Amino acid sequence: MSHPNTLLPVGTPAPDFTLRTTPDQTITLSELRGQPVALIFYPADWSPVCTDELAIFSQLQPEFERMNAQVLGISVDGVWCHTAFADARGVNFPLLADFEPKGAVARAFGVYRDQEGTSARASFVIDTDGVIAWNELSPVGINPGAGGVLQALEALAGARAAEKAG
Amino acid sequence: MSRSYNPPTLTVPVGPDDWTEGPPDAPVTFVEYGDFECPHCGAMEPVLKELRRLAGPGMRFVFRHFPLTSSHPFAEVAAEAAGAQGAFWPMHDALLANQDALALPDLVDRAAALGLNARQVADDLTAHVYEPNVRDDFMSGVRSSVSGTPTFFISGGRYDGDYALDSLVRAVQKAGRAAR
Repeated sequence: MSHPNTLLPVGTPAPDFTLRTTPDQTITLSELRGQPVALIFYPADWSPVCTDELAIFSQLQPEFERMNAQVLGISVDGVWCHTAFADARGVNFPLLADFEPKGAVARAFGVYRDQEGTSARASFVIDTDGVIAWNELSPVGINPGAGGVLQALEALAGARAAEKAG
Repeated sequence: MSRSYNPPTLTVPVGPDDWTEGPPDAPVTFVEYGDFECPHCGAMEPVLKELRRLAGPGMRFVFRHFPLTSSHPFAEVAAEAAGAQGAFWPMHDALLANQDALALPDLVDRAAALGLNARQVADDLTAHVYEPNVRDDFMSGVRSSVSGTPTFFISGGRYDGDYALDSLVRAVQKAGRAAR
């Protein structure tokens, strides 16, 4: 039994997962090693707050590409729902279906809400070694925007640049 | 430890590159992140007009672009192009008052109706001259955790109250008292 609002803390290796993103494609987190990943948990496709949130991430794709970062949206909705939603709203990054077993990945990251049957609205930035570098939990009705994720990815990019230089 | 949610503040201060209306030394600065294509921004404009009238010289009003409805908006750049000819605010008002006509020819007509060099505006739009300005505004909004439009910052703090005129007036008055 997982408790809501007990986010996996910074410094924890991100639990690996393989999830469908379209009816015939899957994404495995560990295969993205070497690339920073922003994992955006949201409660549901189609709800207005989520839509605005994902619209901002879509607009920011050029910045994320510049930092070689992969953004992934994730909710308990199924692949067909994700596909229709992404087409309708112009979401230009993968949406993962945490659908079967329902919410398993949300539970693993400590953001599943049992009563609602959805994940909380929470974001994680995972570094190139697969370790959680940043996290944020937002009130469900509040759209957190993308400022925190962008800043965390920039901090990681800065640290990588400093490592290279040193 | 996990961080909990904190209401955001304005991370990029108002500067010389901003479109502002009202005295630069006004005790309260009111920033709107808006989208000319967003119906909520259109609906809000008469309220904001009245707020500006009531606040008078006690408030400086700032508009920054936060286009979410379209990734390559023409309306925002049209306002910037009008601004280059000294008519940002008249174009801003015209766009928000005519949100059902924001296609390229409409924008050029609007520029002509405002007495601007419409040819120049059309050239600026097709050459994407002002897109970086719009992008800068958008990025400053992202960094301040703007998540939708309209979003308001009053003296640097995000306004999370309702959109009624009374509520906005009270928030501006409070910020004005705090500035004394």
